Amino acid sequence: MQLAVPVASLITFGTHLLIAQKAPPLETHSYMLLFWEILGVSIVLSIAQPFWPALRKWMRHIWPIFTAAILLIGVWDVTTAGLHLLPLPYFPGPAAVLRSLISDRALLLDSTWHSLVLLLSGYTLGVIVGLVSGVCIGWSGSVRYWGMPVLKVVGPIPATAWIPLAMVVAPSSTVSAVGLVALAVWFPVTMLTASGISNTRASYLDVARTLGAGPVYLIFRVAIPAAVPNIFIGLFMGLGASFLTLVVAESVGVKSGLGWYVSWAQGWAEYGKVFAALIIMAAFFSTVMTLLFKLRDRVLVWQKGIIKW
Amino acid sequence: MVITNIVAASGVRVHEICKSFPVPDAPGTSRLALGGISFSIAAGELVSLVGPSGCGKSTLLRLIAGLDVPDSGELLVGNEKIVGPNAERGLVFQDPNLFPWLTVRRNIEAGLAARGVLREKRSEVDEFMRLVGLEAFANVFPHHLSGGMAQRVALARALINHPKVLLLDEPLGALDAFTRMRMQDEVLRLWENRRTTMLLVTHDIDEAIYMSDRILIMTQAPGRIDHEIDINLARPRDRTSDSFLRFRSEILEHLHFAGKAPVLSA
Repeated sequence: MQLAVPVASLITFGTHLLIAQKAPPLETHSYMLLFWEILGVSIVLSIAQPFWPALRKWMRHIWPIFTAAILLIGVWDVTTAGLHLLPLPYFPGPAAVLRSLISDRALLLDSTWHSLVLLLSGYTLGVIVGLVSGVCIGWSGSVRYWGMPVLKVVGPIPATAWIPLAMVVAPSSTVSAVGLVALAVWFPVTMLTASGISNTRASYLDVARTLGAGPVYLIFRVAIPAAVPNIFIGLFMGLGASFLTLVVAESVGVKSGLGWYVSWAQGWAEYGKVFAALIIMAAFFSTVMTLLFKLRDRVLVWQKGIIKW
Repeated sequence: MVITNIVAASGVRVHEICKSFPVPDAPGTSRLALGGISFSIAAGELVSLVGPSGCGKSTLLRLIAGLDVPDSGELLVGNEKIVGPNAERGLVFQDPNLFPWLTVRRNIEAGLAARGVLREKRSEVDEFMRLVGLEAFANVFPHHLSGGMAQRVALARALINHPKVLLLDEPLGALDAFTRMRMQDEVLRLWENRRTTMLLVTHDIDEAIYMSDRILIMTQAPGRIDHEIDINLARPRDRTSDSFLRFRSEILEHLHFAGKAPVLSA
């Protein structure tokens, strides 16, 4: 059991060596180095785990999926570089992708940074505007009357469909990208916040009124906390929409960021770089998503035991 | 236990109150829930409202709380007209309605925070936690509490504002029979400690006799006060004593439940 990862990496590594022998000489030094490292670390962990209960628990949890991941890389290697089952240059092997990842790291890092800045500014703007409009629509009948039709008509238009207009109206492509991401986030956040606020249990508001609460307390200390579970659903939906909009907006307008990088690499038929950027995106977006989950777990700690997350 | 700053209780006067609600199925028509109801409660008195469901007991309580407005008639607390909800009239529902996002302690503090006086009166929170015996649960979230504990928190949250009148809408209705009897003693202890005027709506005749100074029996459609019964028994009361049971059969008779149950035709 503890040796699953070392064994899996030996298998993957061994097949790679076989492939490398008959394939045209590729520079796969870093790929081999990576596997030496995985092999070394996993053997050290396997030896250490009997003496360290926390490590053993973690390993028992993570080992099967980690083993599967390494074997999957081996399968990828065999189907691409080994048997050429998938057409080149569209499907490079893992060694080639790793080489692109390392050789182009400066530009990739720069692109990730630009994407992060765009994402954070667009998402923050969208969330702030969405929370304000959602609370207003959810709380006040007259705002709901005028605001809800606008929301229902404008909201469902995919933010990316606004790109032609945004590029004309906005002073710079960065501003237009931030605006589009914000728009994509605004709709679900507003919708879910409004429904959360307007569905606040009437008895909570009644209780607060008989305790002497005024409108400020009712909105900020009763309705908004009661709506937070709903608001988080909106935040998650908005985050998904913001990833999509960000990548499209970058590849169309802004000349930086991971979305731009992917279409640029594609233009040069450098598919190793395309895959490298996809790997970075996966890591980047799932990290952001995980951070939002962590925030939710902190804010909604009172729900622990009521609902299953 | 001594709680500082006891506010004098106030009497309540309900005079010729009418309230009707629109019938959802038939637009334009309305149903008379309360048809000119009148009674008064002396300061510091504990009065129960008993009657069949749908007789407008809860409606009446909401009117006194100021959450609804009557169609006609006059509602007074002390000498002041009731114009809206106010911390002087606390309300406790059958569902404790604790804010699930706040701990027990912060729920009790909510009574002060809602009025914006938490900073000055924070020291009272400990006293009320002790009064309802929940010091050990200060940092627990409401869904971990049993029904009886949750209702004690709701009582403390209402009492921390030193209401002149405490309105109780079947506060023990959701509890099991044993917890319920213990909580009746608990409410009586709080009443004796706080000397607040209390108006208790209940379905449970034993509860009404066990707790109240006076019982008002309501009729249905439209709701009116039918009878008034003074319970002139010394506290603590014995639920099995002859005089207790005599009150019981008297009330059952007024509610048309006395005698043998009618045979149900098959």
